[in-house]
Amino acid sequence: MVKVEFLGPIGVDSIELDIKTLKELSIYMQNDNKLKEWVDISAVAVNDTLINSLDYELKDGDRVSILPPVCGG
Amino acid sequence: MELYQGSLNIEEITNRWYKEVSKLNYGAFITFIGIIREENSIEALSFDIYEPILKSWFEDWQKRAKSKGAIVLMAHAVGDVKVGQSSYVSAVASPKRRVALELIDEFVEDFKANAPIWKYDVIDGKRVYAKDRSTPMKEAGILKEAKDD
Repeated sequence: MVKVEFLGPIGVDSIELDIKTLKELSIYMQNDNKLKEWVDISAVAVNDTLINSLDYELKDGDRVSILPPVCGG
Repeated sequence: MELYQGSLNIEEITNRWYKEVSKLNYGAFITFIGIIREENSIEALSFDIYEPILKSWFEDWQKRAKSKGAIVLMAHAVGDVKVGQSSYVSAVASPKRRVALELIDEFVEDFKANAPIWKYDVIDGKRVYAKDRSTPMKEAGILKEAKDD
């Protein structure tokens, strides 16, 4: 299982998913009414490292963070 | 890197940084201070921060500054900061002015575009995500390549 947390304004509680790839996570989000608007504009981190490729393979116990558009300062 | 609940005590932070920097024999010290201004009838801005990734973002900047013989510093607020108060201060110090002048520009702009911080307008006590003023991080968009087929 992989824990997925939705940061900042997304406003959805963390979930545990039985997924092996970020592609599966993307499809899960595209099929969720509250999450689909964030698919195209969010960044993804696994265990607090930002990921550049959709081919990243997830391992059991990984923690995935979804980071929506930012504005500090 | 320093994070504070609520507005920053700019005088305390910048005086302390100045004292530290003045021991380094650096000739240039530049601060950038962000002040909440009145706009669209907001009472305050409010901030969420994801600290683990902010920390690694800042550590990358420390390395980049070091490679140019400079140092970077920053402090940011978490939660509500009222109009007229400060939410953000960053600084660059270097032996000579040119490096510091260039780095402060890049440091502040990269902060705005890539630091994992989310901003909300506070109107009538409610937080509204400042979506129009927010920028997707440079790593954003990888999920959109997957199509449900």
